[in-house]
Amino acid sequence: MKTESTLEKVFNAGHIAVTGECGPPRGALPDKVREKAELLRGYVDSVNITDNQTAMVRMSSFAASLILKQMDMQPVLQMVCRDRNRLGMQSEIIGAYSHGINTMLCLSGDHCKFGDHPMAKGVYDLDSVQLIQTVRKMRDEGKFQGGADILNAPKMFIGAAANPFADPFELRVARLAKKVRAGVDFIQTQCIFNIDKFETWMKGVRERGLDKEVYIMAGVTPIKSVGAARYMKNRVPGMDVPDHIVERMAKTPKDKQAQEGIDICVESIQRILSIEGVAGIHIMAIEWESAVPEIVKRSGLYPRPQV
Amino acid sequence: MITAERKPLAEIIDCIGENRRILLVGCNECVTVCAAGGRKEVATLASALQMNSMRHGKTLDIREMTLERQCDPEYVEQLAPFIDQADVIVSMACGCGVQEVVRRFRNKRIYPAVNTKFMGASEGPGVWAERCHGCGNCLLGLTGGICPIARCSKSLMNGPCGGSSKGKCEIGSDVDCVWQLIWDRLKELGIEDQYENVIMAKDWSTERGGGPRKIVREDLA
Ligand code: SF4
Ligand code: SF4
Repeated sequence: MKTESTLEKVFNAGHIAVTGECGPPRGALPDKVREKAELLRGYVDSVNITDNQTAMVRMSSFAASLILKQMDMQPVLQMVCRDRNRLGMQSEIIGAYSHGINTMLCLSGDHCKFGDHPMAKGVYDLDSVQLIQTVRKMRDEGKFQGGADILNAPKMFIGAAANPFADPFELRVARLAKKVRAGVDFIQTQCIFNIDKFETWMKGVRERGLDKEVYIMAGVTPIKSVGAARYMKNRVPGMDVPDHIVERMAKTPKDKQAQEGIDICVESIQRILSIEGVAGIHIMAIEWESAVPEIVKRSGLYPRPQV
Repeated sequence: MITAERKPLAEIIDCIGENRRILLVGCNECVTVCAAGGRKEVATLASALQMNSMRHGKTLDIREMTLERQCDPEYVEQLAPFIDQADVIVSMACGCGVQEVVRRFRNKRIYPAVNTKFMGASEGPGVWAERCHGCGNCLLGLTGGICPIARCSKSLMNGPCGGSSKGKCEIGSDVDCVWQLIWDRLKELGIEDQYENVIMAKDWSTERGGGPRKIVREDLA
């Protein structure tokens, strides 16, 4: 074990890990964080706390992660390269670790253009691969990115994202290999709707033995309505929602679509869990945390192991 | 080259204000090539300013001059005989040219008439695109000769991000994903293995991180 991370312990004990997601509020509303987290309690091993997701200003990931810690839940601190330089990132990591936050996810971050401050200057001092390297160096060598020694180095369990549905598809396995080489411990994928394509990607991953070097968590999202399905299909860069899913939602009466979305999600998880090399499920029920308990239970992933 | 676009006429008129004697200075280098501030554009701007002024019952005294290179003291010196006869200088050169004029002629207001954009190349008639940020430590040798610093919307050195779709960048379908271009190029060259070498965190001190930059060549000084 490299860290004290609950997520690492779950993987290490050979369980299929389950993570959820909580987007912090756009205001000083700590109760909102508690409310969302409470819905996930007991159904996931850790909760990703997004970092100014979709480039919209929100309560910081660190602050919201701390609220989860105070609730005796396990946050995954997300960190994007868009908003901080390497000084800001490393100090945040030390700060988070000082409060017992020991799991994080390194991301590039959506471009500012998508958010509510399109006039902002993106930082991108490091990219996500270099951030992984930085966190690993802090942990394993006890050194800052700049080379100086750290007093009591933070021991972070290091995650990153992978999107098997972005282009060029043929280099998506190589990109994962690059993150592995940089020192990533676990991966959470983009939401999987096109399971055939995910299978093809996983095959490439296994051929290179990467599933033995990194824990791969498959990302899933329950779709709440046909409108949401269409939006994700057409408007979200790097999302792949096949027509048959949109059609299935469209065929369902409006008042039953949410349930259909949960059904699709559960079916997807069942199929994904049969794919060799999948070590966990990451459920992104954005603004729909209440769907998570049913999804976890019906997928046979409840109760969560005590580690 | 350095690219630029002329500012809106209203903004230039606003800068000039009540001043009547104007020294309008173009440059024969980059801004000529990108049709923003060469001799032709100087003439066009001069007549536009004059016409606007005449509509208000006044005439301007505009002296048009286009220097060989406005970022070079040797050519900037050519303005010396005309400075006293001008109330203001309006420069159609890039920001470098404007400031070289400032360095030489301390007591005269100067206004830029173009917005300096980027270092780029011409992709076709009337189209220029960004190519280089002048990061001070060129890594094109690692990326098949295509620059991710200047041409990736996030300057990712180990791209592409998860937003790359059908060769285009997540920020818009009119922007190429440079990591798609780099990947295609590495394949063309048969060196796609090179992709998996992690490009290490960049030392930005050779870029803006180190403050304003200067080159001093003792051998030429
Ligand atoms: S790597 Fe640096 S110097 Fe080379 S093209 Fe890109 S920005 Fe310019
Ligand atoms: S889509 Fe390509 S060019 Fe755009 S930010 Fe991502 S890697 Fe960079």
